[in-house]
Amino acid sequence: MSEGTLPLFEVFVRAKRGLSHVHVGSVHAPDATMAVRNARDLYTRRQEGVSIWVVAASDIVASSPDEKDSFFDPAGDKIYRHPTFYDVPEDVEYL
Amino acid sequence: MYGNDFAEPDDPGAGPLNAADGGAVEAAAAHVDTKAQQGLETFDAIIAADQRIEPRDAMPEEYRQTLIRQIAQHAHSEIIGMQPEGNWITRAPSLRRKAILIAKVQDEAGHGLYLYSAAETLGIDREELLDRLHTGKQKYSSIFNYPTLTWADCGAIGWLVDGAAIMNQVPLCRCSYGPYARAMIRTCKEESFHQRQGFELLWELMRGTPEQQAMAQDATNRWWWPALAMFGPRDTGEHAVTGGHTEQSMAWGIKRFSNDDLRQKFVDMTVPQAQRLGVKIPDPDLKWNAERGHYDFGEIDWDEFWRVIKGDGACNSARIERRVTSHQQGAWVREAAAAYAAKQRQRAGAGAQAGAADGEGSAA
Amino acid sequence: MTGTAYSAYVLGLADDALIYSHRLGEWLTWAPQLEEDMALANVSLDLIGQARALLTHVGSLDGTGRSEDDLAYLRDERDFRNVHLVEQRRGDFAQEMARMLWFSAYQKALYAALAGSADEQLRAIAAKAHKEVRYHHDHAAQWVVRLGDGTQESHAKMQAALTWVAPYVDELFDDSAPGVAEALAAGVGVLPSSLRAAVSADVEAVVAEATLTMPAVPKWRARGGRDGVHSEPMGYLLAEMQHLPRSVPGARW
Repeated sequence: MSEGTLPLFEVFVRAKRGLSHVHVGSVHAPDATMAVRNARDLYTRRQEGVSIWVVAASDIVASSPDEKDSFFDPAGDKIYRHPTFYDVPEDVEYL
Repeated sequence: MYGNDFAEPDDPGAGPLNAADGGAVEAAAAHVDTKAQQGLETFDAIIAADQRIEPRDAMPEEYRQTLIRQIAQHAHSEIIGMQPEGNWITRAPSLRRKAILIAKVQDEAGHGLYLYSAAETLGIDREELLDRLHTGKQKYSSIFNYPTLTWADCGAIGWLVDGAAIMNQVPLCRCSYGPYARAMIRTCKEESFHQRQGFELLWELMRGTPEQQAMAQDATNRWWWPALAMFGPRDTGEHAVTGGHTEQSMAWGIKRFSNDDLRQKFVDMTVPQAQRLGVKIPDPDLKWNAERGHYDFGEIDWDEFWRVIKGDGACNSARIERRVTSHQQGAWVREAAAAYAAKQRQRAGAGAQAGAADGEGSAA
Repeated sequence: MTGTAYSAYVLGLADDALIYSHRLGEWLTWAPQLEEDMALANVSLDLIGQARALLTHVGSLDGTGRSEDDLAYLRDERDFRNVHLVEQRRGDFAQEMARMLWFSAYQKALYAALAGSADEQLRAIAAKAHKEVRYHHDHAAQWVVRLGDGTQESHAKMQAALTWVAPYVDELFDDSAPGVAEALAAGVGVLPSSLRAAVSADVEAVVAEATLTMPAVPKWRARGGRDGVHSEPMGYLLAEMQHLPRSVPGARW
């Protein structure tokens, strides 16, 4: 990070009640208090949100793309987790 | 420029793959370890399947550099683009227009921020990118080196310049790099207000007094050719620029259409709008070609185009000077905010320590 | 005089918002960081919105039927009723935050009190505006604290800014302003001096948190704005703002 750069915060916005916060981008701010305000001014000026989260970008822990195979591929063959896997008679309701 | 990307033919510094440009780039290059090299097969597969590359994916260093340069140039254009229209905020002729103009110039700052945010996912920070703008290492769209001389220029910029920008940006919503594509989706949604307000501004002038009509025509005369030039050099024919990075950008899914195709689309879209407005487009060669199903139009003055890019535009030095001055004048504020945050962290740390000590005390 | 006697009172509120929005609009491209360009533009837009609603209301109250633009663009300097505070030239960022801190604290108290106004239209405008100015006040307070408790340089600049703004504060609380007596009689307005204690307490709390001190009572204090007697920067502001509509009379924009 070069001299004079204010820290980066990732921004999450809840578009409306009943929905989850969704990542929308980032802002620079000296601290979290100002980050929420900067996020409000940047990401919700067209009423895009009812709630904002900010997280210091340096605090985010993410899975690595290198681990993609071992993390996510093993779920691929567990098709029995999905309701469409099961054959049931067509005339049985509410299944 | 403004989402389009091309280099001056005789400017080695603007080359597409100039990875040695600044320390941060080298630092970014260091991210590419051997493991990631293996991941490049995955990169090719993702591109081939027309899916999105995300920040932590392995990617060829050239892809990363091309994106950093293009996204940064795009962001710089938004930020410098605040100036020509900002020039009219204090002189907007009605309160409604004034509110619209402030909101629009503000949007440009916002679009710049979305784009810097996207660029930063590639392992470079905004301060470094701003530094490259301020020192002339990276460029912004040359269109903003033209002056805004009358109120009608605000309309012409919205209608023609933003219209051309949208034409460039809509395909970028499908750009292979996820963060750039997402920034473009957000930007394009907001940008359509810009184009409409510009058209409406001119529409009002063309239905006004003779002075107002003359103002609208004058602005159209001055902004038409620079707007066409925004799409960049020709891809084929005598004025074509070869050795650029169009082909590679297309293969990587960063660029989806050629400069000439986008320019033609823009002309075809805009001519009927001009007719409806009642302004005359300043091109004697402009006419409908039934055979092609497109409008034919005259040749852009490419000498002027390259001249302005290289610094000989009415506002080149003024735009950068103002940007640098503003940044320098704000330094003490940013420093103060950082110093305050550091103090707060220290206080919180001291408080936590004191709290922990208290806890121990009560436990004992 | 036809129309409502208290329209001059509402005009004072409208002109404060109008002229301050103009000065804040000058900040675009000059803010200390891009995020702050966004923030100051938002404050300016809120104030333009307030000005438009209030001016439109004045046009119907005073019986002239003038539009918001007639009032903004076709009045001469002596007919503007804003305080000197809002017309002063854009200074450095500390000065702007000092001005915004006082002005937003004042507007916050004012609009809260106008929730009890007998003028339904004014009540509605105040209710909407109150939410906006609470944010402006928070914004100014956040920055005053950061500048005051930041570096030595920023502390000195913020302290100087508080001194700079001090002479312009009293005018906000002037009970002799035109239309005030009429507005009070009609149960429409608020006695300006009645807001003073709360506003000062608000500002003083922020100043204390910012490790700053309240400046000494100034020798000179601005006066006359509500009667249309302005300071030198006002003429330039209006010349710039009004030039275009006045040069093409009768035109629509």
